[in-house]
Amino acid sequence: MTINTLAKEGWNREQMACFRKMEKVIVAMQDPDMGMKMRNQRLLITVIPHAMTGVCVCVCACMSALHIGNMLVKYGYIYPLKEPRSLVLRPDESPYRFQTPYFWTSTRWPASELDYAIYLAKKNIRKQGELMEYEKERYSVLHKRINHTWDFVVMQAREQLRASKQRRKADRIVLECQEQAYWLINRAPVCSLQLCSSLYYISKLCYTIETCKRALGRNRVKSSICLEGFVKYSEQYLNHDPIMQGCLPSNPWISDDTAHWTMNTETVTIPTRLRVERWSFSFMKLLNDSLGRQEFMTYLEKEFSGENLCFWQACEDVRHGESSKIIEKVEEIYKTFLAPGAARWVNIDSKTMDKTLEGIRRPHRFVMDDAQMHIYFLMKKDSYPRYLKSDLYKNMLAKAIVPQETKKSVFPFMRRQRHASPSPAQVVTHGVEEDGHAKGGGQAGTNSGGGSHV
Amino acid sequence: MATQEVQLNETLTHLKTESETLKTKLEEERAKLHDVELHQVAEKVEGLGQFVMKTRRTLKGHGNKVLCMDWCKDKRRIVSSSQDGKVIVWDAFTTNKEHAVTMPCTWVMACAYAPSGCAVACGGLDNKCSVYPLSLDKNENLAAKKKSVAMHTNYLSACSFTNSDMQILTSSGDGTCALWDVESGQLLQSFHGHAADVLCLDLAPSETGNTFVSGGCDKKANVWDMRSGQCIQSFETHESDINSVRYYPSGDAFASGSDDATCRLYDLRADREVAIYSKESIIFGVSSVDFSLSGRLLFGGYNDYTINVWDVLKGTRVSILFGHENRVSTLRVSPDGTAFSTGSWDHTLRIWA
Repeated sequence: MTINTLAKEGWNREQMACFRKMEKVIVAMQDPDMGMKMRNQRLLITVIPHAMTGVCVCVCACMSALHIGNMLVKYGYIYPLKEPRSLVLRPDESPYRFQTPYFWTSTRWPASELDYAIYLAKKNIRKQGELMEYEKERYSVLHKRINHTWDFVVMQAREQLRASKQRRKADRIVLECQEQAYWLINRAPVCSLQLCSSLYYISKLCYTIETCKRALGRNRVKSSICLEGFVKYSEQYLNHDPIMQGCLPSNPWISDDTAHWTMNTETVTIPTRLRVERWSFSFMKLLNDSLGRQEFMTYLEKEFSGENLCFWQACEDVRHGESSKIIEKVEEIYKTFLAPGAARWVNIDSKTMDKTLEGIRRPHRFVMDDAQMHIYFLMKKDSYPRYLKSDLYKNMLAKAIVPQETKKSVFPFMRRQRHASPSPAQVVTHGVEEDGHAKGGGQAGTNSGGGSHV
Repeated sequence: MATQEVQLNETLTHLKTESETLKTKLEEERAKLHDVELHQVAEKVEGLGQFVMKTRRTLKGHGNKVLCMDWCKDKRRIVSSSQDGKVIVWDAFTTNKEHAVTMPCTWVMACAYAPSGCAVACGGLDNKCSVYPLSLDKNENLAAKKKSVAMHTNYLSACSFTNSDMQILTSSGDGTCALWDVESGQLLQSFHGHAADVLCLDLAPSETGNTFVSGGCDKKANVWDMRSGQCIQSFETHESDINSVRYYPSGDAFASGSDDATCRLYDLRADREVAIYSKESIIFGVSSVDFSLSGRLLFGGYNDYTINVWDVLKGTRVSILFGHENRVSTLRVSPDGTAFSTGSWDHTLRIWA
C-alpha cells in the first residue's frame, strides 16, 4: 500500500490503517521483554533516559530495516535527539527516542493553529533567532490571522515555559524534542516521500564511507613480519599437533586406547611434558589450562601478588556470567579488590581506577574491562616471565610424564574394547564447578596398557 | 520540492564517487606493505611427507542430511543436527547415541555444544536458537526443558557459545549477527554490515576475547568488536558466498571457504588476503574449513564429496580423502587435535585420524 504525500489537514482512512500498523510495530519495539534495548543516552552533557540508537531500531524493524525505520521517523513515531530537523534514520550510534502516544498521528490530536502559534511563540521567547526561515514566515502569517487572541497566545507560551523550567533538565529536553518532532511532521517544511528511497541509499553509502575511512586509519603490519609469524607458530606447535606428529602413548581414535585422554584430564596430578611446555608458549595458554592457572597462582602467592590473578578471574566471571548477577559480582569485586583499604587491593593506575570507579556506579558487563586488561598485561609482562624461570615451573617440567609409545597390537584384527566415559552432563546433579567447566571429562573406565610413569 | 530531489540526487552521485575513491585508496594502502608472498616465506620450511588419514568411526543414526556438528570440550562427544529436525548427541569414541531431540522445524542448520558440556544449542528454519540442557535421566523429555534464546527474522545459519554457557553468538539469513544472554533471552548486541545472508561465524581465540569473524552471501568476511557492535575489518576477495570461516590457532588470521571452490587465508595484522588454496581440478564449492592444532594443515569439506587437506604455509594440497557418498556439509577438528569429524548429506558423520 502506498503512502502518498502528507495532506495539509487530516489523514484519509487508508493512511490511518497504515499508521495503526506502524503503531503496532512501535508498541512491540517498546515491549520490555522482546523489544529494543534502551538505555540512557548522552546528549552533550545531559543524559536522556530511554533512548536507543539508530542501529537498534534497525534490528527490530529488520527486513528493509532502514526503509521502515525511515518511515517511522518520517511520521514522527521515532525522533532523533541530535539534528531534529533531519528526519532520517541513521544506522549508527545516533540517539533516538520514541514519541509519546499523545503526539501519535492517529490519536488525531488537533494540530490547530492556536497550538502551533503557542509553540512558535515559545521558541521565539526562549531564544531569539531560533526560528527557522519558514517558521518566521508562518509566525508572522499567524500573527496577522489570529491577532485577536495574540495576548492569549503569548500568555500561554510564557506559562508553559515557566512550567517547563521546573522540570529536570533531561525531562525538559525530552519534552522539547517531542514537541519539535511533532510539529516538524505536522507543519513540515518539505513533504515528498519519494525522498525516502534516496535517503536510504544515501545512508547506506555513508555507512560504507565511514567503514572505509576507519579502515584507512588502521595501522598495518608488513606482510613479511606477519607471515614469519605463521612459520614460527607452526614450528613451535609441530610436536603438539597429533595429526601431524602423532600423540603419546597413542591416538585414541586409532588404537582404541584412551590412555592419552586419561593422562591429559584437567585435574590430573602429574601432567604430561608437552602440556607443561605449552604453558611457556603464551600467557593465554597458561591461563586457559586450569592446572597451569593453579600452578601460577601458587607462584604468585609466594610473591604476595596472588590478588592479581584472583581479580582477573573475578572480572572474567562478570564478563561471561549471568546478566542477573552482574551487579552483585561487581559489588563484590569493589569490596574485595578496589575499595580503599580492601583486603586484596590490586594496584591499578589512577586513571584506570577513576574510570572504573565511575563506571561501577552503573554496573554493566564490560565495566571491569579496562582494569582487567591492565592487570592482565601487568601479570603477562612481569610475573609470567619470572614464573617460567622459577624453580616451581622447572620442577614441574622435570617431573612431567613422557608416555611411552604403545606399539601397534600384534594381532591387528583384535579390537580393544571401547570404554564409555562419564558424561559431563552428569556434573549438573552434583553441582557445577565455579567456572562451569566439566569435571574430568573423558576418563576411561579402565586404563588398559600404555603409559609409563617416569 | 523539485529542487530538494535534485539536491538529493547530486548528493547520491557525490557519495558514490567518494565511496569508490576510498575503496581504491584502501586497496593501494594495503598493497604498499605487501612485500612478500606466503609460499616464498615458506620455502625454507620442510615439506610434509606422505599423509595417511582414514575413517576411524562412522556415526549412523540420522535419517536425513547432516547439516552441522560441534565437539564437546571432553574431546570425544559430538552434537549433530540434520535436515529432518533431529539433533543427536553422540559419544563418538564408542559411537553410542546419548541424547536425541526432535526440533519443531526442519533444516536445523546450526548446533553448538556448551563449554560445560551440560547443554546444546540449535536452530534453523524456525529463525530461533534454542538451548537444551542435557539430562542423564533417560525418561526425561529434553524438549520439555527447551529454552528459546535468540530470535531472528530469517533462518539461523550458525551459532556458538562464547567463553561460557551464558552467552550465545548467532548469525542469520536476515543479514545480521547477534549476541544473546542465555538466561534472559535478552539481545546484548547486534552486528549490522552484511548486505545479504550471514552464513557462518567463528570466535577469536585472542587474549582480549572480544572479536569474531562472520562470512556471508555478500562475499564479505567481516571482523566485529563484540562490545561495541562495530565492524572493525572487512575483506572482500571471494567470488561467491562464503560458507565457512575459521580462525588460525594464534588468532592472527582466519581462513574462509566459499562456493567459488577456493579457501583463502586472511591476515588480520597485514589487513589483507595472504593465500589462496585452489586447484583447477577443484570446481565444487567448499562448505566447511578448519585448521589442525598447529595451524599447519587446513582441512576443507567440499560439495564433490571429498575432503582436501592443504599445507597452509606452502599453499599446496597434501592429500585428498574419500569416503562420503554425498556432499560434505560440516567439518570440525577435535578440541585436542587428535582427529577431525565430518558430517555429510549421506546421513552419516565420520571421524578421521
